[in-house]
Amino acid sequence: MTNTIIEFKDFSFQYDSQAEPTLKHLNLAINQGEMLLIAGPSGSGKSTIGHCINGLIPNIDTGNITGECIINGKNIQETNLFDLSFITSTILQDTDSQFIGLTVGEDIAFALENDCQPQNRMKQIVHRWADELGIEHLLKQAPQNLSGGQKQIVALAGVMVDESPILLFDEPLANLDPASGMKTMALINRIQKELNATVIIIEHRLEEVMSQPLDRVILVNDGKIVADKTPNDLLHNNLLEKNGVRNPLYLSALKKAQIDLNQIPDLTSVNALPDDREIARKLQNWQDKITITGEKEETHSLLELKGVGHRYNKLQVHPLHDVTTTINQGDFISIVGQNGAGKTTLCRIICGFISNEGLISFNGDDLKQYSIKERSDKIGYVMQDPNQMISQKMIFDEVALGLRLRGYEENEIQTKVYETLKICGLYPYRHWPISALSFGQKKRVTIAAILVLDPELLILDEPTAGQDWQTYTEIMNFLKQLNQQGKTIMIITHDMHLMMEYTNRSLAFAEGTLIADTDPIKLLTEKALIKKAALKRTSLYELAVKYRLKEPNTFVRAYIDAERDEKHA
Amino acid sequence: MHDESQILGYQPGNSFIYQLNATTKLVFMLLVSIACMITYDTRFLIAICVLSIFLFKEAKIKWSQISFIVKLIVAFMILNLIFVFIFQPSYGESIYYSKSILIHAGYFTLTLQEVFYLFNLFLKYVCSIPIVLLFLLTTNPSQFAASLNKIGISYKISYAVSLALRYIPDIQNSYWDISAAQQARGIELSKKASLGKRIKGTLNIIMPLIFSSLERIDAISTAMQLRRFGSKKKRTWYVTQSFKKEDYLVMIAAVILVLIVIVLWQLNHGRFYNPFI
Repeated sequence: MTNTIIEFKDFSFQYDSQAEPTLKHLNLAINQGEMLLIAGPSGSGKSTIGHCINGLIPNIDTGNITGECIINGKNIQETNLFDLSFITSTILQDTDSQFIGLTVGEDIAFALENDCQPQNRMKQIVHRWADELGIEHLLKQAPQNLSGGQKQIVALAGVMVDESPILLFDEPLANLDPASGMKTMALINRIQKELNATVIIIEHRLEEVMSQPLDRVILVNDGKIVADKTPNDLLHNNLLEKNGVRNPLYLSALKKAQIDLNQIPDLTSVNALPDDREIARKLQNWQDKITITGEKEETHSLLELKGVGHRYNKLQVHPLHDVTTTINQGDFISIVGQNGAGKTTLCRIICGFISNEGLISFNGDDLKQYSIKERSDKIGYVMQDPNQMISQKMIFDEVALGLRLRGYEENEIQTKVYETLKICGLYPYRHWPISALSFGQKKRVTIAAILVLDPELLILDEPTAGQDWQTYTEIMNFLKQLNQQGKTIMIITHDMHLMMEYTNRSLAFAEGTLIADTDPIKLLTEKALIKKAALKRTSLYELAVKYRLKEPNTFVRAYIDAERDEKHA
Repeated sequence: MHDESQILGYQPGNSFIYQLNATTKLVFMLLVSIACMITYDTRFLIAICVLSIFLFKEAKIKWSQISFIVKLIVAFMILNLIFVFIFQPSYGESIYYSKSILIHAGYFTLTLQEVFYLFNLFLKYVCSIPIVLLFLLTTNPSQFAASLNKIGISYKISYAVSLALRYIPDIQNSYWDISAAQQARGIELSKKASLGKRIKGTLNIIMPLIFSSLERIDAISTAMQLRRFGSKKKRTWYVTQSFKKEDYLVMIAAVILVLIVIVLWQLNHGRFYNPFI
């Protein structure tokens, strides 16, 4: 027997601040106990659907509603936020900003406090859920000091105490390293099974979410539902890339090898693919056809690190220490590893934001003598959060700021800024205020603002986190171009495929130590390393293993080379 | 550069003061501060000074955590004392009914009585500042909120105060991050630039700081409402502590101090202790 718990009937919604409706004539019914994914590019309206389900619309985000949205028998237009919060529990994308309590225990109890539960009952409930989710030992810690995966679990515990029938996850994987992402998905699945809750996940990282069985995928684009299918049907239908969502890598590989996907009954995971000699043969043939481009010729060193480290305070368990490596002119480096391993710390050290042990030299020059500003003439750093960098109102002024401070002539500034805006695809918006831009565009403004200074080394902290597939591709191709023009680039990332596709060298960190410095594809060969740095093999590798291709790594490399050729053709 | 030892905010510790109930500490702080504000009895003030400096030592707070704020307060204190003197240099003689001149300077004639009066004012600062700082640095903001609520202040206001306290370290951190980011754009804020330039450059940090703080406030208020903050007239507190023997003792001590002030008032026939007659 199925029971409809969420129902949208010819539902449209227009934010007061927008000229166009964000959701257009939506019809959607979700049953009690379903686990489903809402996927779509940025601005497609997928988060707006989430806001209807948890009552932020129309209670906080006001706008015009036509049609009906019924959650557990209640019309959202007639229900206040507090009543809906007993029905829908929301885990926000940025867990850091949703922690309210000072300790894990207190944060989990927050909703109970607001319900006026007596203290001993709160303690009891908190302990029960902490135990259930395996975070009992963390109850006295500050949530901010936990790893990304642990934060996600604490946020989950904080809403589980309500025992509401609907769990809504807004991009749960955006800030997690690959291993934590997998664990989080497994946990969501377990909770769903145990409580028979209705789980709705909003994500654009389809492949990761599909590591657990889903009942349905709702594909949203431009405010409309493009597809409402089982994952398997959706993958057979070839709708994803047209609608700005990346296909699982293994499917793209099968397609490249010209294997007819319609002949394969179950496409939902590498394991589900049939053991078919024919498929193995086709994949092997395709792999053999691709000629792998040779590696780079000799290089000269740009940045040298010797025994570099930094300790934030005496209590820090794994401070960054003893990093010794050389970054060469023209390198495109990815810095990978678990949350909190010291990746960002290293970048801050290089830019002079924080003091350091050890020696850093740039083109043979000891950096110690230079201030942040002086280093910035040579090294550009794009922070993860664009809001921490932007200080001007207009795009042009923001990009021009660095040049103005360096005393350039105004007409020279204009030429340089326009040139940079063109490279970054922002030229059409040059007279716009920054507040009118999307997150992805703001990110590009900050890249432009650094790029215009023409630094020799460009460092970017998670340039693609939270970006949809199209923006991701744009940003990365743009960086690739810069690299080909000779810029040395370092990026921090959690995206394994990005690491392999775009970068030519990886530095892997775990617990404050540099544990590997190698070719990205080779990095994902060693099991011990993968585990230590909380990385994950991509499904390409799994595909090659499943069909017993000669060299799984070569297969991965062949795929990446083929991809590069297509993009630059 | 920035690390935790420079942050002005609560950090867990394990000395005696940390173990006390937040309500106890709040009541103690309020009563003792009021007592010090009322009385000008030098003996009492000196005793409280010694006590508050002793408590400060006991809490093992690092100088780097408070150096900035203390320097700021000292600057204001000196300014204040100077102005008090300028506005009425003869105030001391009028309250102590005697006049022993130290320096002849017309309107600005300095008397021993005025010096004594200013010394008392100075003692008042030295009494209350360490106690207030001590309270802020050793009290878990959530427990602080719970204790405000307990003495009758609405929980919404209590929570707002505690969130504000909690975000001081966060805002300090974003300030440092943004400052570094702006320097990386070419604003020289290190000692290599002149003071004027550094002040002007600092203004560039304010905009992003406000925007990123507003964004954070928006996110946290959404998160709080999604978890029903404000849905009821009352709320309970996970961190409320029950009163222990020590708490009662400290409260009694605070009340005794207030009583002493009242007794001294009687003995001195007013707020001032007068050694000159």
